[in-house]
Amino acid sequence: MNKSHTIRIKVNGTAYERAVEPRLLLADFLRETLGLTGTHIGCEHGICGACTVLVNGHSMRACLLFAVQLDGAEIDTVESLGTVDKLHPLQESFREHHALQCGFCTPGMLMTGVDLLRKRPLATDDEIRDGLSGNLCRCTGYEHIVAAIRTAVRERDEVSGKAVR
Amino acid sequence: MKPAAFEYAAPSSLQEATKILADYNGEAKILAGGQSLVPMLNFRLLKPQILVDINRIPNLDYIAEHNGGVRIGALTRHYALETSPVIAARFPVISEAMRHVAHLAIRNRGTLGGSLSHADPAAELALMAILLDARLTAASASGTRIIEAKDFFVGALSNALEESEILREVEFPGFPLFTGWGFEEFAQRLGDFAVAAAAATLTMSGARCTQCRIAVIGGETVVRAVNAEALLTSSSLDDKTITAAAKAAAQATPMNSDLRASSDLRAHLVEALTRRALEAAKHRALEKQQ
Ligand SMILES: Cc1cc2nc3c(=O)[nH]c(=O)nc-3n(C[C@H](O)[C@H](O)[C@H](O)COP(=O)(O)OP(=O)(O)OC[C@H]3O[C@@H](n4cnc5c(N)ncnc54)[C@H](O)[C@@H]3O)c2cc1C
Ligand code: FES
Ligand code: FES
Repeated sequence: MNKSHTIRIKVNGTAYERAVEPRLLLADFLRETLGLTGTHIGCEHGICGACTVLVNGHSMRACLLFAVQLDGAEIDTVESLGTVDKLHPLQESFREHHALQCGFCTPGMLMTGVDLLRKRPLATDDEIRDGLSGNLCRCTGYEHIVAAIRTAVRERDEVSGKAVR
Repeated sequence: MKPAAFEYAAPSSLQEATKILADYNGEAKILAGGQSLVPMLNFRLLKPQILVDINRIPNLDYIAEHNGGVRIGALTRHYALETSPVIAARFPVISEAMRHVAHLAIRNRGTLGGSLSHADPAAELALMAILLDARLTAASASGTRIIEAKDFFVGALSNALEESEILREVEFPGFPLFTGWGFEEFAQRLGDFAVAAAAATLTMSGARCTQCRIAVIGGETVVRAVNAEALLTSSSLDDKTITAAAKAAAQATPMNSDLRASSDLRAHLVEALTRRALEAAKHRALEKQQ
């Protein structure tokens, strides 16, 4: 085992200081070291999107980052969104539209959705599908996920009074 | 799978980074966005002794106008390129190509320097570098040198950098006036690597084409379709010549054959995509003259 490095990192608003081996992936750091098992691991090579989290506010693959790189970073995982009693609006929309079956892809879909809703107009369903093209779901056939995001887009644009563009 | 153990360094200057690369003599790997490198580490296709993380080096992430062109720092993220107003104004062909590079979460992290250094024969940014005659600046402990894009991609996943060199900057020289562009790609899903792609720029003077550049994805490396370019230069870009040029582009390099497409299918795609890219470029060049 190679020399450990100490990192300070904020996850879902809580500050942690941990010694990590260089090869420890962020996804394993979250799941194994911090016990935050909401972030799922499907493929470990960037294809499935199940491990997607926000790093300093931007969606990234937790299987393609090493924890040691993230000294000083702020991470948001699916656990940051809502609780069983008080769902985040996007989670509520997923529930409403039956946008999940087994739920394996859901954490990645939600965190990708959060970033897409911030960055893109998502004016058409095609644009939503393009935005989700990096996240695989083996259950739903995607249609209900697209519908859930469509509702979230509507809510976003009503709150801001207009579409982004 | 999980990667084999490695040491980790996060130098805060290029000098420090090039020194570590030289000290480890081929056993070190540069880590930029990690979007191509980390999958290879996770599969244990690579087992470097040390990773040299260049993300903490300042001043490697910028897009600056220069002589009508742009200079871009190697650590510039795909997302920054995709959304840059400077790129949209100067090089709309790059903005269009970026829409086809992977997905939002990959673009948020992946870098220009990493994509070019990785030298994937289906990478859209390699296509842009070859199409637009990019000039790449490499830094090493002994100084810097400039490598022309055409000399940079020496084979699939192989580039012209020495073990201890770091790609530092990429310059895209400016377009002449009245230049139109086209970019066309075929992939299984938006964001997948291209099965085949073609990009073109056409410069017009009156009804004549004065300069033509065509680059294609489909073979062992990205190539310029020089024979096709020669057919179009000085022509009036009539349908017959465009058709002939598209055919010639499909012969520019031996096409790859793999699970996704046979070489025949790739040649067919390159011909069709080149024709569309040329028509779009012609249309835009004529529009600019009005
Ligand atoms: C799911 C998925 C889909 C993708 N789809 C596409 C696609 O459609 N099109 C596409 O073009 N790409 C695609 N990519 C790849 C992506 O664009 C990567 O970001 C890019 O290929 C590598 O950039 P990076 O910064 O992540 O480099 P890294 O992975 O960090 O490095 C890649 C290689 O380049 C070397 N390197 C990195 N920076 C430098 C430097 N400055 N100087 C010298 N050597 C350096 C590294 O040592 C390594 O060998 C995809 C990736 C994934 C995971
Ligand atoms: S586990 Fe990270 S993308 Fe599949
Ligand atoms: S709900 Fe099962 S993988 Fe998407």
